[in-house]
Amino acid sequence: MQPFGLSFARALGAAALGVTLALPGLARAQQAPAAAANTFDAVKSRGQLVCGVNTGLAGFAQPDSQGVWRGFDVEYCRAVATAIFGDPNKVRYVPTTAQNRFTALQSGEVDVMARNTTWTLSRDTSLGLDFPAVNFYDGQGFMVKTALGVKSAKELEGATICVQPGTTTEQNLTDWARSNRIKFTPVVIERLEELVSAYVAGRCDAYTTDVSGLAATRSAQPKPADHLILPEVISKEPLALGVRQGDARFADVVRWTHFLLLSAEEFGITQANVDKLGNDPRPEVQRIIGKNGGLGPMLGLADDWAVKVVKAIGNYGEVFDRHLKPIGIQRGPNAQWNQGGLQFSPPFR
Amino acid sequence: MSDVTLETAAAKVPEAAPRSPPASQIGLLAWLRTNLFSSWLNSAVTLLIAYLVVRWTIGFVEWGIVNAVWSVPDNQTQACRDLKGIGACWAVITEKHRFILFGTYPYEEHWRPALCVLLFVGLYTVSAMRRFWRKELALVWVATLTAIGVLMWGGILGLPYVPQERWGGLVITLILATFGLALAFPLAVLVALGRRSRLPAIKALCVLYVELIRGVPLISLLFMASVMFPLFLPEGMNIDKLLRAQIAIILFAGAYLAEVVRGGLQALPKGQYEAAEALGLSYWQKTGFIILPQALRLVIPPLVNTFIGFFKDTSLVLIIGIFDLLTAGKTAIIEPAWQGFGVEVYLTVGAIYFVFCFAMSKYSQSLEAELNRHRNR
Repeated sequence: MQPFGLSFARALGAAALGVTLALPGLARAQQAPAAAANTFDAVKSRGQLVCGVNTGLAGFAQPDSQGVWRGFDVEYCRAVATAIFGDPNKVRYVPTTAQNRFTALQSGEVDVMARNTTWTLSRDTSLGLDFPAVNFYDGQGFMVKTALGVKSAKELEGATICVQPGTTTEQNLTDWARSNRIKFTPVVIERLEELVSAYVAGRCDAYTTDVSGLAATRSAQPKPADHLILPEVISKEPLALGVRQGDARFADVVRWTHFLLLSAEEFGITQANVDKLGNDPRPEVQRIIGKNGGLGPMLGLADDWAVKVVKAIGNYGEVFDRHLKPIGIQRGPNAQWNQGGLQFSPPFR
Repeated sequence: MSDVTLETAAAKVPEAAPRSPPASQIGLLAWLRTNLFSSWLNSAVTLLIAYLVVRWTIGFVEWGIVNAVWSVPDNQTQACRDLKGIGACWAVITEKHRFILFGTYPYEEHWRPALCVLLFVGLYTVSAMRRFWRKELALVWVATLTAIGVLMWGGILGLPYVPQERWGGLVITLILATFGLALAFPLAVLVALGRRSRLPAIKALCVLYVELIRGVPLISLLFMASVMFPLFLPEGMNIDKLLRAQIAIILFAGAYLAEVVRGGLQALPKGQYEAAEALGLSYWQKTGFIILPQALRLVIPPLVNTFIGFFKDTSLVLIIGIFDLLTAGKTAIIEPAWQGFGVEVYLTVGAIYFVFCFAMSKYSQSLEAELNRHRNR
């Protein structure tokens, strides 16, 4: 009996330990949003926003050398947390992959998803999600060598263009060229690394894929400044924030946090000057900073929520310049509506 | 006369001075000759391989040591990029080693996972020494694993609480592998015994479990645990992602190990079972005293094979967004400044995996030799 008894006892001990180790996790999990219908109150009572981010995408979300999450999407987590708690650090980041991101949101594991997710009709309707705001308009773009002297995709007449075959990228390229009456020679290579090295070696004048992908490739080059991402974007990949469906109040908070960042940029409110705008004559600025209008409480937030958000995060342009400009992404479609872009905030009124 | 002559002749011949065998028969030279240069073809192959090995070694030393850049000032990787591949950029490891080892664990608390890694290594070392194979070892395991849990979670003894999604790096790999194998092994023994049981219900259950789990890849089990399982839980209830992955790994490893153990059970001659029964031992006595000790000894090589496989398979958790050692390594080189230095990071991560797997393999060899000493006559 002895030897087996021993190993059995060991097994029991180990199993018991497994359970004890698991228990805190279970107990804590019980406090997770009790009712999906009211994420806002659940977040508030938990004292922390749980934000689903990418496991690692240059410029958008990635942990730095000290394990601190940084990036464009991460700033949105921080902004929403600041709007609710007045503190950008009250966020728990849950890295999600392309496969488990929707489940993480549906099951209540995360409250909001800031994870470069394209807003499409089928996702909006069949997954139980809502997309309150598009924080980045991605889309297919072109990268050329700076030495080529090309400043716009319209100048690519007669160029050779590197593209992956059988993708929507290839179709988009053909469609775009046809509608703009541009003749080009495609260089079609299946594997991404070979495609990039073909572009670098000069086999083609331009390389096309999604702008965020181009930026990642560009920053990996020995001299990123030798490559230019052209401002034109020829397909639609609106990357949106995601929340659970049927939770209008929380969706409003997320949506208006995004609009706040946009409006702040539009009215020149920056991290540096947001404290000194008390006497600004513009009524909309007065309403944004909570001097009058009582807009904050309408969202269930404090009067000075906007001041705190801009103070902690900055406006849309500042966030963009901090994370996406260094990796070579131009504003393009993400410019303000009055600068020829698509980013538009409804009025704060 | 002739006799005398013979005797004197024999007596006169001095005893032959001890001579060493010709150099062509023993020693290094002979070994080289028989093993490496026995024919012109062998000589040619030897020379070719020696040339390649020397060239590769020189190339590696040049790349990895002579031309390497060991550190750069605050994320300015231009020095590395200027090398254009002729030297390694170990600066990426200097800069990112703490992220690779500990993931997103709070920076100022890194001593806690570091201590956990040491505890794990200590636990393995102690468990590997035969003189510690006593009942108390179970207590040591329980105590150590509890200490690791306390260190990682914190929340008591003045340690700040750290939620699981911030755990990462080597410690995750060790947790998944250790808990996975420690819990899967007893499960596997029970399932293997159950599969050979005469009770149809137990047998059917065990067969079903093994065949079901073995019939799907680990990655799909992890998917089920990560993507499907939460949807079946009541609203608001959420079992932690790491725990779900851990359970999936235990179940999966259990099925594979069960088949290995069953192989050992089947290899035992029937006489052993019959002899045990003839002594009047009960089922559990028979199993515990006679069958399992022999069966498990027989299957040490395939067991270790499975252990090593699972140690590395834990890296599959990357698909559900857990930062194990390999994922942390991959994530470390996403930052634009450090992109393009994957080789250095993968070499480092590979070396860490190698140390653990090689130690396991070497230990199993010595254990096998020791346990099979009675057979080597």
